[in-house]
This record gives sequence, C-alpha cells and structure tokens, in this order.
Amino acid sequence: MSIVIKRKPLTLMEKLYLPEIARGLSTTFRKLWEKPVTLEYPEQRPTIPEGYRGVPTLVKDPEGREKCVSCQLCEFVCPPKAIRITPGSIPEDSDYAHVEKAPQEFDIDMLRCIYCGMCQEVCPEEAIWLQNQFSMSGYTRGEMVNNKEKLYELGGTLPDEHFKWRKKKESAEKGGGHH
Amino acid sequence: MEFNPIIVKFVYAAIVVVVIMTLCAYAVLAERKISSWIQGRVGPNRTALPIIGGIPLLGPFLTRLGIFQPLPDGLKFLFKEDVVPGHVNKVYFIMAPILSLVPALTTVAVVPFGQFVTKTGEVIPLVLANVNVGLLFLFAVSSLGVYGVVLAGWSSNSKYPFLGGIRASAQMISYELAMGVSVLPVLLWVNAPGKEGTMNLFDIAQAQNGFWFAMWMPLSAIIFLVCLFAETNRLPFDMAESETELVSGFHTEYSSFKFGLFFVGEYAHMIIGSCVFTLLFLGGWNPLPFVTLETLGMDKGILGAALSVGIFLGKMCAMMFLFMWVRWTLPRFRYDQVMRLGWSILLPLSIANLIAYALIIFYLDTAL
Repeated sequence: MSIVIKRKPLTLMEKLYLPEIARGLSTTFRKLWEKPVTLEYPEQRPTIPEGYRGVPTLVKDPEGREKCVSCQLCEFVCPPKAIRITPGSIPEDSDYAHVEKAPQEFDIDMLRCIYCGMCQEVCPEEAIWLQNQFSMSGYTRGEMVNNKEKLYELGGTLPDEHFKWRKKKESAEKGGGHH
Repeated sequence: MEFNPIIVKFVYAAIVVVVIMTLCAYAVLAERKISSWIQGRVGPNRTALPIIGGIPLLGPFLTRLGIFQPLPDGLKFLFKEDVVPGHVNKVYFIMAPILSLVPALTTVAVVPFGQFVTKTGEVIPLVLANVNVGLLFLFAVSSLGVYGVVLAGWSSNSKYPFLGGIRASAQMISYELAMGVSVLPVLLWVNAPGKEGTMNLFDIAQAQNGFWFAMWMPLSAIIFLVCLFAETNRLPFDMAESETELVSGFHTEYSSFKFGLFFVGEYAHMIIGSCVFTLLFLGGWNPLPFVTLETLGMDKGILGAALSVGIFLGKMCAMMFLFMWVRWTLPRFRYDQVMRLGWSILLPLSIANLIAYALIIFYLDTAL
C-alpha cells in the first residue's frame, strides 16, 4: 500500500528563504563546536562486539600445550579451502605423548578465508578461534598466509581450565575407563 | 629617504601577490577544516614538517590544525600526471585555466588593503593602482574570469564540461546585472552633489566613517552578497561545477597543475569578492560603525597602517568564513531555480531598491 504524503504549502517565512537559510546556518554553527564523531583509526580502535568473528587463530591451553591435534576437520569443512594442515606426531618423551598428534604445519591463507567461523564450530578440541583482529594486510601473497607460528602468536592462550588430556592420562594410569 | 616609486610599487605588488596566494592556500585548508568540523569530523591532522613539527606541544598542535597541509596539497598538483585528452582543442584547453586565474589576480590591483596616514595627516591608500574607476575596472575584469570557465567547458569537447560552461555563462549574465544595479545606491550616496565624482574603492571605504553601508542599505548588501556567491560559482550556486550532476563540470577533463590553477582561481575570486564586499558594505578598515582609527587616535604612521590592514584582513577572513559556512549548509539550487531567482526576483528587487534609495538620497541631499 502506498502512502501519499502531501507536500505542505510553504509559509511566508519559508518563501522568503533567507530566514530559513539563517536557521540552517545556526544549525551548522552549533555543529561546528561539537566533538567529532569519528574515530582516528590507527591510534583509536573501535570496541569489538562480543561474538565477533575476526581472523582465525590457534590457541594454547594455560599449560602452554598446543590444543590442536591435527584432526584436519577444519581443513575439510573450510568452504574456501583456506586451511592446509600437515599432521605430525608428538615425540615419545613428551608429557603429552598420549595425545599422539599435533600439527607439523598449519597454514591459513587469509586471501581465501571468508571468516565464516565453520573451523571454530567444527573443532573438537576448541583449538581454533576467530578472535578480535579485523585487519589483515601485507605486501605479497606469501605474507597473507598465516603459518603456525603466526597463528599461535595471534591466538595466545585460552584461559580454560578443563585439561581434558591430563584427565584422560590420569584416569588411564589409575586403570579407570573414561574420565 | 626617497624610494623610486616604481620600485616601491613592484615590492608592494610582489607582497600582495604572495599574500593572496598564501591566503588561497590557507583558504583551501580552512575550507577542509570547516567542512570537517561542521560534519563532525577532524579534518587534515597528519601532515607534519620535519623540524617545526618536532617542537614539543607547538608542533603537534599545529599538525593537528593541519597548518602544514597546503604545502603537500600544492606539491601534489605539481607532481601529478598532467593528462591532456586527445579529443580536446589544445590551445584553448591550455589557455582556459590561465584565463580563469589571471583576472582574479589582476583585480587585486585596484583593491585597497588599508591606509597610511603620514605625520602631516595626509592619507595614502595602500593600493597598487589608485584609479578613479576602481569599482568599474573591478567589475569589468572579474567578469572576464567566466571566460576561463566557458572556454574550459567548450575546449574539453565532452558533454559534461560543455554543460558546465554553458551554465556558467548563463549564470554570469543573469547575476552580473543584479550585482551592478545593487551597488548603485552606494555610489549615489558616495557621489553626493558638490563632491568630485568617484568610483574609487578607497573613497567608498573612507565614506563609511559613520554608518556602514550594510547597515542602512541592507537590501543592497544582501543582493550583492547573493550575486557574489553566484559570481564566484560557490554553493548554492555552483552550477558550473555541480559534481552531483555534471561529474565535476567545466574542469572534468583537467588534471594536475591545470586543475590546480582553476582551484586557486576559485579561491582567489572568493578572496577578491570578500575584499570588495568588505570595502563596499562593511566599512573597509573602520573598526566599528562611527568609530574610525582617527577617533581612536591610532591612525598615524606604520602602526596605524598595520592596524588598518589587520582590521581589513580580519573582516575579509570573516567573509571567507561566511562563504564556507554557507557552502556546507545549503544544498545546490536547481538550474531553473537559479535562473528564476536571478531574473525574476533579484533583478526587479535591485531595481526597486535603486529607485527607493535614489528618492531617499535625493530627499536627504536636498531637504536637509
């Protein structure tokens, strides 16, 4: 249904035009003294809303163990095929030898990534997170590929005191079944 | 010590041109800053010169104000690629930007910037050419500025610049008339019977030691101001450019330094326009209505001259601010509205104004 809004005839003051100009000028003059509403970007950053999906990153747990077990689920689910994982094994003498696998290489091509967050959704280990960083820039295509080191640097530590693998190990040592 | 008057004039001319060009550069900065403040932005605030920008407190403050911005702005115009499209008429294409700047700088010659009162009380106008036909010369030459616009539009040989050029010429014709008629009451009053006839801008400014003309001829002042906006192609009358309709009008095909000349020309026109309005209606270098530098006792010597120039430039800057303030407040008129305003409102109004003031001045001069 269309609504027809009648244009009101102008009053005499409006037809004279100059008073209306003065009114407009006074409005802009007030605006002249108001604080800018813009953000001076590189120095001032916007507040990121909760649940924001920024650049995907890898995280470690509070003990410093890399959470990724290179199951490659994220690699399979990634719609633009931005993730490439080379799985590797954890050495026998490590505390976490029972975890068995960790990524040897983990590359995310940020020129392909579409920030959909499916990698985060699919990850059984909660190892990959889309965090707050929203700007990625580089001079070459190579620079735009985040390798494992960069991903951990961006991701940092996830303060989650769950320690699933430690509990698994403990319960296995005490002869119990699942934790 | 006597100086050769020709050398003095040369020095003065050099000073005036340098000052006008600097003012143009800073007018561009002022425009950018004022527009950003009105729109709730910050405006240019990054450019810093190496040494001055490094002074603590002052350097960052000036950088934030964008004081150093005009320099890279100008350099940009110099170093960008100068494109001359293949389809243009080269001679006129290159001539047009020069033609739009030269009249603006020529009119400066007759604009007095202040007064110098010698010890003996002799008043010397600070003007390059103290000619008796000052105002007439100014109108004649400043109207030539439109040739630059028209020529640019025509020689670009493409449709948007062409439309811009046509509009500029039509607008110039329409508003020049009302502008000329609106200042006639001022001239009627200045050339009172028994005095020597004059159209000298200095004499007109000196005649405003009582009421300023804007105060007792407000209608003349308003009509003149509106026409001034139209003449300088400023919003709300920037028909020639009107970037939302005509890409950017007459200078669509121009780039680099040629565009820079148009740009400087526009601001030079604005500055001259502001000067003329100040001289005709805002009392020139008289600090307040009924208060002159003489009544304050500060008119003698170099100090008095500096004070008069300062007051004059202050008023001119206020006018420049008004130009910018209006630009960032009002939307552009439609082309037919511009024509209607010019021909069927401003022209009759200015003629009626002239007749009314002619009668009033006749009464004042004869009956009193």
